[in-house]
Amino acid sequence: MSLDSAMPEEQKPEGVQGSGPARSESPQPAADAAPAAAAPKPEAPKPAAPPKPAPKPPAPPPPPPDWEGDLPTALKAEFGDKVSEFIAYQGQPSFVVAQDAAHQVVTSLRDIHGFDYLVDVTAVHWPKRDEAFDVIYVLYSFVRNERIRMKVRIKDGQKPASVVDRYVTANWLEREAYDMFGVEFAGHPDLRRILMPDEWTGYPLRKDYGILEMDNRWVQENLGIESGQ
Amino acid sequence: MAETYLDSTELVLNMGPQHPSTHGVLRVIVKLDGEKVLGTDCVIGYLHRGVEKIAENRTYTQFAPYVDRMDYVASVSNGLGYCLAVEKLLGVEATPRAQVVRVILTELNRIASHLLWLGTHALDIGAITPLFYCMREREYVLNILEKYCGARLTTHAFRIGGLQYETYEGFEQECLAFCDMFLPKADEYEELLTGNRIWVERMRGVGILSAADCKAYGVTGPMIRAAGEKWDLRKAQPYSGYQNYDFDIPTGEFGDNFDRYLVRMEEMRQSVRIVRQAVAALPAGPIMAKVPKVIKPPVGEVYVSIEAPKGELGYYIVSDGSTQPYRVRVRPPSFVNLQALDKMAKGCLVADLVAIIGTTDIVLGEVDR
Repeated sequence: MSLDSAMPEEQKPEGVQGSGPARSESPQPAADAAPAAAAPKPEAPKPAAPPKPAPKPPAPPPPPPDWEGDLPTALKAEFGDKVSEFIAYQGQPSFVVAQDAAHQVVTSLRDIHGFDYLVDVTAVHWPKRDEAFDVIYVLYSFVRNERIRMKVRIKDGQKPASVVDRYVTANWLEREAYDMFGVEFAGHPDLRRILMPDEWTGYPLRKDYGILEMDNRWVQENLGIESGQ
Repeated sequence: MAETYLDSTELVLNMGPQHPSTHGVLRVIVKLDGEKVLGTDCVIGYLHRGVEKIAENRTYTQFAPYVDRMDYVASVSNGLGYCLAVEKLLGVEATPRAQVVRVILTELNRIASHLLWLGTHALDIGAITPLFYCMREREYVLNILEKYCGARLTTHAFRIGGLQYETYEGFEQECLAFCDMFLPKADEYEELLTGNRIWVERMRGVGILSAADCKAYGVTGPMIRAAGEKWDLRKAQPYSGYQNYDFDIPTGEFGDNFDRYLVRMEEMRQSVRIVRQAVAALPAGPIMAKVPKVIKPPVGEVYVSIEAPKGELGYYIVSDGSTQPYRVRVRPPSFVNLQALDKMAKGCLVADLVAIIGTTDIVLGEVDR
């Protein structure tokens, strides 16, 4: 928490410098942004208030069009109310799956609907929400030339089922999501940190992890310096 | 194969992170039986700079230069992907002239990226000469980039909504001159390498990854094309007007090191084709679309991906309606491709492992971000 108070000084000069060279498009907004950057705390909650509906269907502006087609129909028929929110924001189809059905839906997508390439697995942290994490799966089908996004909402501490047994590529992708967000995937064969050092504590991409925050104990023990700052 | 060796002593060898043939700080823990590789484990993260965290604390405009530091040998592609993603969020499209200039620079950068790959990979295999040749030709591309935007590697060439700079006097001529000069040089590399017995024996049949394995591992780019899958995002889901250009997708047959080499060689020639068409079709007009000074995309999220020289490079951006992205996720091709190393390397020799890492074409700045 003390780190937050340290942030304004650290960030302002940086922000101003960034906008200094005449090349920058807009010195004005950059300067505006520096205070905003300085206080990510109030910044983050603000979105979290509208976000209840926000990430799914955007809140006040016109709601995104529904995603219609054979795939949503088939999924609805197969999984009933476990799948919902079929939308096509900016023409990109996405839907939400209940956590307990995620693995079955992925299996069905791969085996029946031809989504044979798992593009990405990642997460988004919404600290103000009861279900604090969105786990995002991006899937692509070579046959249909279609890319879809599947979203699973989980509470902090809930363990979504790993899909490594369906897509080998999920191995590292899930490890990264675990490393950065602390989302544990149940049934993952080798759930270790991947980018951060093994002994690191804390999950850097969570919203409550400050940008200057670090595991000082690890830094002192392994780098022999007081702090990385 | 491994079972027959179980009785002998296994050796665990540490390769890297400071090893000349791992192209950066990649550490591979190799389990060996004699010279045979039984398994590998990659240790990555030495170059982790928290790019995705930085993004959440910068405005959309401020973050754009950071993406160049991921795949720093193809920074133009990184910038293109990011700009396209933010443009998608904003619902704007770059102007026609900007799109064509983007294609020219991106394809030139693809050639530069493949050239650096070819030179360093040949060096790994033991051929020193190609490195100097490749660097010599790559210099032309870097000079064009430098003249255009002032930087050679981390270019930040594009802006959200179009371009910052108009092309310089003589830009088209220099691009065409490079194309004319480059094709015979590409033949020259092939003369040095393709028929070279040492080169062929080190590459042919080594590090095989089938198309099915590529899909399972999410491996994209030249690697999946080398396995015979005719898939390129520029064709499959065209962006920036790639549908207007006539070019072929080269594919291989076996998915081994040699096919990956041939595919990349042919891709450079195809890039030359695209650059020539783009220069001929370069329209006049504004270079910047109407984009607000303060970029504040509406609440929403998009995933946009492009065909980077290494494979599918994707950006997943969540906007909360403020000036800073709520979340930026980079789907890096190098990171995902590297995961298949274990599959390819099992059963090969240590020296082949070096060749396989080479043809995977990773850039650690992108693996670790």
